[in-house]
Amino acid sequence: MPVNPQLQGRVFPPTEPYLVGREKIREFSRAVRATHPTHLDLDAARAAGYADLVAPPTFAVVVQERSLDRLLTDPDAGIDLAHVVHGEQRFAFSRPIVAGDELVGTLTVTSVKTLGATSMVTAESVVADVAGGHVVTAVSTLVVRGEDA
Amino acid sequence: MSADAGRAAGEAADGVAGGAAVGPAGGLAVGDVVAERTVHLTREDLVRYAGASGDFNPIHYRDDVAASVGLPGVLAHGMLTMGVAVQPVVDWAGGPGRILDYGVRFTRPVVVDAHAGVDLVVTARVGALDDAVARVDLTVTAGGESVLGRAQVRVSLA
Repeated sequence: MPVNPQLQGRVFPPTEPYLVGREKIREFSRAVRATHPTHLDLDAARAAGYADLVAPPTFAVVVQERSLDRLLTDPDAGIDLAHVVHGEQRFAFSRPIVAGDELVGTLTVTSVKTLGATSMVTAESVVADVAGGHVVTAVSTLVVRGEDA
Repeated sequence: MSADAGRAAGEAADGVAGGAAVGPAGGLAVGDVVAERTVHLTREDLVRYAGASGDFNPIHYRDDVAASVGLPGVLAHGMLTMGVAVQPVVDWAGGPGRILDYGVRFTRPVVVDAHAGVDLVVTARVGALDDAVARVDLTVTAGGESVLGRAQVRVSLA
């Protein structure tokens, strides 16, 4: 089944709030070899003006993933996860993610382009805190290969 | 603040908190290499990233699954490569709060050998510059081949 071209412009409902944990930030930091003290040391983070530990930039993907799931598991979308490759990724920050944040992601499919058996789907997740303040916009381009590609 | 004073303060603040006077202060020019780092990744690192990120796609830890979908081997998560590659810039910039924008294209898979692992070699170079923002361009290679395209980090200098 090809990717549904009518996905373009579709906005999915916001995700449930994701509570960013201090130990999750330490765990993620270790996994991506992030060693800046503000990721690991509470005193250093507070000295730099943050309320708690600061997440590495790509931690935003953990929150984005939850909104992307709504697209990937939508039976109408026609996207088979086994055929999806990550093509591009971008994050644009208003501020870094900090432990204690409760974050909500709202996903919009901004573009669907199909060339032969391959489709490129671009989805933008706007991640905000529960007060509504913008934190980061995460944009993913997924390459969906057709059955015969 | 002079360039020299900026550098000295940056060195003094190194390893402490995200002090304002680290790396970007003063004396920066387009083309400057601001950071270089080689990071060795093993299968253990892929499993660790899977757990930390929640991405349990088996192509990142099972040879049989990777082979069954026609891949040359078990691959590093693209987001692991992206996440590792920005760290030298975070350290140079003086903390994660200085990263305004970060984007990459995943142009080539990073195959992680079960025994030998793989080295990711990151070079961060100033690509564009104004008073407030530096665009730092990343070159990231594995096995001598570039694996990310148009990898750019916008760093606040303010």
